Amino acid sequence: MIEAQGLCKRFGAIDAARDVSFTAHDGQITGLLGPNGAGKSTCLRMLYGVVTPDRGAARIDGIDLRGETSAARARLGVLPHAVGLYGNLTARENIAYFGALHGVGAEEITRRTAALVESLDMHAFIERRAKGFSQGQRLKVALARALVHQPGNLVLDEPTNGLDVMAIRNVRQILLELKAEGHCILFSSHVIQEVVALCDRVVIIGRGRVLAVGAPQEIIQQTGTASLEAAFLHTLDSAPGAPDAASDTAAGIP
Amino acid sequence: MRALLTVYWKEVLETLRDRRTLWSALVFGPLFGPLLFGVMVSHLLDQNVIESEQPLSLHLCGATQAPGLVRYLESQGVTLTLCNWPLAEASSAVRHGTAQVVLVVPEEYPSRLIAAAPAPLYLVADSADSQTRKVSERAHRILSNYASGIAQQRLQIRGIDPLLAIPVAVDDVDVATPSGRAVVVLGFMTYFVLFAVLVGGLYLAIDSTAGERERGSLEALLCLPVPRSILVGGKILATCAFMCLSLAISLITFVCVLHYVPLEPLGMSANMGLATAFKFFAICLPFVPLGATLMTFVASFTRSYREAQTYLTAVLLVPTLPIAFASIYSLKTHPSLMIIPSLSQHLLMTSVLKGESIAPLDMLVSATACLGLALFLGMLTARHWRRETLLG
Repeated sequence: MIEAQGLCKRFGAIDAARDVSFTAHDGQITGLLGPNGAGKSTCLRMLYGVVTPDRGAARIDGIDLRGETSAARARLGVLPHAVGLYGNLTARENIAYFGALHGVGAEEITRRTAALVESLDMHAFIERRAKGFSQGQRLKVALARALVHQPGNLVLDEPTNGLDVMAIRNVRQILLELKAEGHCILFSSHVIQEVVALCDRVVIIGRGRVLAVGAPQEIIQQTGTASLEAAFLHTLDSAPGAPDAASDTAAGIP
Repeated sequence: MRALLTVYWKEVLETLRDRRTLWSALVFGPLFGPLLFGVMVSHLLDQNVIESEQPLSLHLCGATQAPGLVRYLESQGVTLTLCNWPLAEASSAVRHGTAQVVLVVPEEYPSRLIAAAPAPLYLVADSADSQTRKVSERAHRILSNYASGIAQQRLQIRGIDPLLAIPVAVDDVDVATPSGRAVVVLGFMTYFVLFAVLVGGLYLAIDSTAGERERGSLEALLCLPVPRSILVGGKILATCAFMCLSLAISLITFVCVLHYVPLEPLGMSANMGLATAFKFFAICLPFVPLGATLMTFVASFTRSYREAQTYLTAVLLVPTLPIAFASIYSLKTHPSLMIIPSLSQHLLMTSVLKGESIAPLDMLVSATACLGLALFLGMLTARHWRRETLLG
């Protein structure tokens, strides 16, 4: 379970997050939906502990994330926006490095990696050096290194960015499998179709604020619109002090 | 502790697989200094040998007018090339390089000599060329010896003791011991040693900080339940390992180079055997963690790989400042100077080269100062790594 409670963050004159609160439950996929620059990444960064909130708290399974060695971090797998790998290490070594830093034993890492190679279909490149990997291969390795310590919670920042259709289907399949295993999954996206295809719950975020929370169907009903896309635009439109939000957003939708 | 070693091994492994980094850290850096040094010293040796042992060769114009001078020059072992240029032609010959140094005897020379008036001679040379300047200086010396010989004869003929014309006799007394003189030549070798230390860790320091950020692997690393001080500590430790390796390679190369470039012909003995190399290693060892933390510290503040390269190349020159200062003011080893890193290494290594014994106190102060500063910089680096601005 991932909880955001009244998270606030200011960068200079910009309010990146204003009192953001929501909960992502176990066995569910929660989507953080918002236009570019809405504050999605800042929220996620506070939720995986590389940005400290000015106010509010981020909790993983009820444990506060503050502090470098918080037990909450061990329960969290993270796929940041940048999925950089160590080019001179093989895919396997990249995964093992993160496993070892999580304190997982060598044998356990081997066992877990074997399982991840299977489920993520990494046979073709697991022993190859990561230099020159395709975006899809990089993403798989980054996902594997986020999962090697078997975390109950997974946070992903725009995980399908820059992937082709086949790879996107692959990632969706993996997320659905993890959900079926009872993981709590939180991911951000600005692509509505993706959120519709995957999410049990949606958190719509704009200008650093939570504008709507609920199952896609609930949000559609609340706004009295025909689709999530219409509901999304309606929510952003009716948000306080956002005259240009709709046109910005329309441009942001592929 | 396990996490520290994990980070350390990963950085070492990654660097060992990067050919470009390895080339710069273990080949270019440590070999560049000693080899350049060897070339410089052997060139210097050649020059000195040319100056003292090669016969002096001169172009001589108007030899028939000065048979006495020709005989004297030949008796001094000067190789003469006779020619018949007037002064203007001789000047252009020197200017165009057809002749190095030309001695021109003008027509009035014999009559002036007989009349006991100053007889003119023209020595044509290019003083901007250091090679010919040495030749012309030697020619000058021989000519003035010839002149003073004639002067003494003239005085004797007139019944005057020639010694009266030599009121002062200056004799040079050089107190430099052979290895002391070698230190002048070997002095900047200490900088090459410190340079090798820093270059050895240069790319690792960049790769593990600015490189990690640029590659996009830093954010995932910072999500881990590992203290940031451990992460950066492992990186510094790996940098230290490569610096030690580079230092060792550099010292071994110096031993080899000085084995083939003997300094004895210069009247110098360079105490550069394996024992000296070990002493150098011990003296420079405390400098290694300082160099590693300094480079990691600077690289942590840079935004990109390129920026880090720019700043760290400047860091490579930092050790030259105290060494240059020491050379200008010719500082001698003193405990109070031992608190300045790089200067203390320079002074201690110089002492070893001179064959002087090293005071344990000096060694202790030097090591403590380096390690203390390294610890301080390490703490500052760890503090910076705890900030969220690290992600940029």
